[in-house]
Amino acid sequence: MRHIISVLVQDHPRVLNRITGLFARRGFNLESLAVGTTHQPGLSRISLVVSGDDRTLEQVEKQLNRLIEVLKVTDHTEPHVERELCLVKVHVGGLEERLAVKDIQEAFRARVVDVAHKSLILELTGDSKKVDSFVEALRPYGILEVMRTGAVAMSRGERVLKLREKKEAV
Amino acid sequence: MKGAEALLKALEREGVEVIFGHPGGAIMPTYDALYDSPLRHILVRHEQGGVHAATGYARASGRVGVVMATSGPGALNLVTGLADAMMDSTPVVAITGNVPRALIGTDAFQEADVTGVTMPITKHNYLVQDVNDLPRIVKEAFHIASTGRPGPVLIDIPKDVQLAEFTGELDAKLDLPGYKPTLKGHPKQIERALDALEKAERPVLMVGGGAQHAHAELLAFAEKTGLPVITTLMGLGAFPGNHPLWLGMPGMHGTVAANRAIHHADVILALGLRFDDRVTGKVSRFAPHAHTIIHVDIDPAEIGKVVRTHIPIVGDSRLVLKEMLKGAKPLRLAAWWRELEEWRTRYPLRIKPKPHLQSQEVIRAFHEATGGNAIVTTGVGQHQMFAAQFFPVTRPRSFLTSGGLGTMGVGLPFAIGAQIARPGELVLDFDGDGSFQMTLQELATVVKYKLPVKVVILNNGYLGMVRQWQDLFHARRYSEVYLADSNPDFARLAEAYGLKGVRVERKEDLRRGVEAVLNADGPVVAEFKVYHEEGVFPMIPAGGAAEDMIVEDPREKEEVGA
Ligand SMILES: Cc1ncc(C[n+]2csc(CCOP(=O)(O)OP(=O)(O)O)c2C)c(N)n1
Repeated sequence: MRHIISVLVQDHPRVLNRITGLFARRGFNLESLAVGTTHQPGLSRISLVVSGDDRTLEQVEKQLNRLIEVLKVTDHTEPHVERELCLVKVHVGGLEERLAVKDIQEAFRARVVDVAHKSLILELTGDSKKVDSFVEALRPYGILEVMRTGAVAMSRGERVLKLREKKEAV
Repeated sequence: MKGAEALLKALEREGVEVIFGHPGGAIMPTYDALYDSPLRHILVRHEQGGVHAATGYARASGRVGVVMATSGPGALNLVTGLADAMMDSTPVVAITGNVPRALIGTDAFQEADVTGVTMPITKHNYLVQDVNDLPRIVKEAFHIASTGRPGPVLIDIPKDVQLAEFTGELDAKLDLPGYKPTLKGHPKQIERALDALEKAERPVLMVGGGAQHAHAELLAFAEKTGLPVITTLMGLGAFPGNHPLWLGMPGMHGTVAANRAIHHADVILALGLRFDDRVTGKVSRFAPHAHTIIHVDIDPAEIGKVVRTHIPIVGDSRLVLKEMLKGAKPLRLAAWWRELEEWRTRYPLRIKPKPHLQSQEVIRAFHEATGGNAIVTTGVGQHQMFAAQFFPVTRPRSFLTSGGLGTMGVGLPFAIGAQIARPGELVLDFDGDGSFQMTLQELATVVKYKLPVKVVILNNGYLGMVRQWQDLFHARRYSEVYLADSNPDFARLAEAYGLKGVRVERKEDLRRGVEAVLNADGPVVAEFKVYHEEGVFPMIPAGGAAEDMIVEDPREKEEVGA
């Protein structure tokens, strides 16, 4: 099963290294990883797309939690928003092709962000499935480059990913 | 005040008394500050010896062991010892020098990415960028190393940071918002656990290294309930090895009684252990009749990692036991104990009479002569298993061995650390001729600090454990395991280092040899020439199950189905 996991971390040097190292060392399957800062200084948020059975996912979560700089881990099983940004550079030979690509662009509500003599760069955001279909739709025209960011996710509604409540003094 | 001095002051504030280490260029400012510091430094001959000694110190004392090394080669020599401490959850703080900040990343002389290298084998590590962070980082390192599931923490300090002027506060606060180990077990789960035990017909209590500090509560709990107790290699000593409730060690070289008890158990209470594959054998065939496994561990990630757990209790084993003790009742286990007793008396650990001297006899003779009153350390191999089998320790923190990583060469440095931690006690290192030669240069450390450790080398002339596997599983093709043609004369080697050497070659000299070792005032290296083709039994082959147990050497075959 594919899971999307959000991890709130202290943005110390090497924290990403610790996380990717953990996946490599424990043999967890990491499909994508996206990182960025948050509104709180010093905290970053990482979205991981992982596949595995329930037992593996439980371990992924627990092992991530063992890392000292990890503040919070959520496996998004609840209703959530998932987005990925994708840039595609596609070959467009003649007018006919250009029009066909434009149809696809409109159907997916993608944007053209660069126009050149023989190519276009299209930008799309959506969940990973939508991005997959978009890339597939463009494939027959001659894709020159694809760049995907990997998925990011956020729970819908009131739930927020924040620092764990102080449970117990040690 | 320079960074180096601030570092040492911060260590003092953590209650550090002794540092094991070896100097070099990138840590020189700290060694310079050490010259004026009240901290005691033990100069080892190899950084691996240093980190193992710090580990032995920690394991024997329950305090944090500290080791120091220079950058690059010095720091990299710590790698095996850090991994060893990590696998066996030992609190160690390693301090390493690094090249000056401006040179980091330039492949400078003696530069290595030590925080990178040690990331997977430490609980946490730091590269200090700002001298004023030192007190906080030291405080955090000790806190992380010694709380929750203990483990090694490394602090890498560039040389210019050690030399920089410290202008901060020595009083520092922890800044670890993501680190809050759960200590108290969930009351509901504890209740469920007690309930399951009460309904059980064939319960067992399995104890690991995570309960070494819980020995008093453990004893009380076992005696109150009457549960049979099994201790893993790391748990040896957490429960007295001479207690009638004790069934021995489980797993590959465990007792028949312990393994059968687990095999037939309906409820298992596992305390501070991680179900290592040397304990479980093939997991799918482990404890097939157990409908309830209760797992108490301070590390949530251990619960459910290997075996399916029905009642998980995250918490400190001592605090959980304390709670459980309140609700514990004497259990009616007479029928179960009749079975256990039968296995125990029918299949005790035996030493078959043989014409030649055997390792088991040597260990048993030391056990008898000391009344079991010693801190035992071991190398890794057959002698380690024999020591576990034939030197049942009765006190916690008294059997120091490399369980998880299985590191040959820990015996002597562990003994050094243990002797420094508990100076008044007898420290006995049962070592293999192979294992001993991995760190034997630490004899110099023994001499330098006049540590009265007794090294007992069980010399079988082979890498015995490997030879045993070749014997059983590789058609006796003894590939590259023969040592006898090139071993040193260990007694003379000891003398060359300036300590007493003893050699025993014949069975009839065993007593005399044991006495010579125990009566010696200072350190001794004793070589006992033992039977060269001994095997460790009982044995469950790797990946097997309790039913596959071989009780005796197949050459004198007897197998028991569980
Ligand atoms: C550092 C290291 N290298 C290799 C091994 C693999 N190994 C396990 S037991 C063993 C043989 C140990 O021989 P010795 O110390 O003489 O003890 P014996 O088994 O003969 O009692 C070896 C090579 C290991 N555990 N550790």
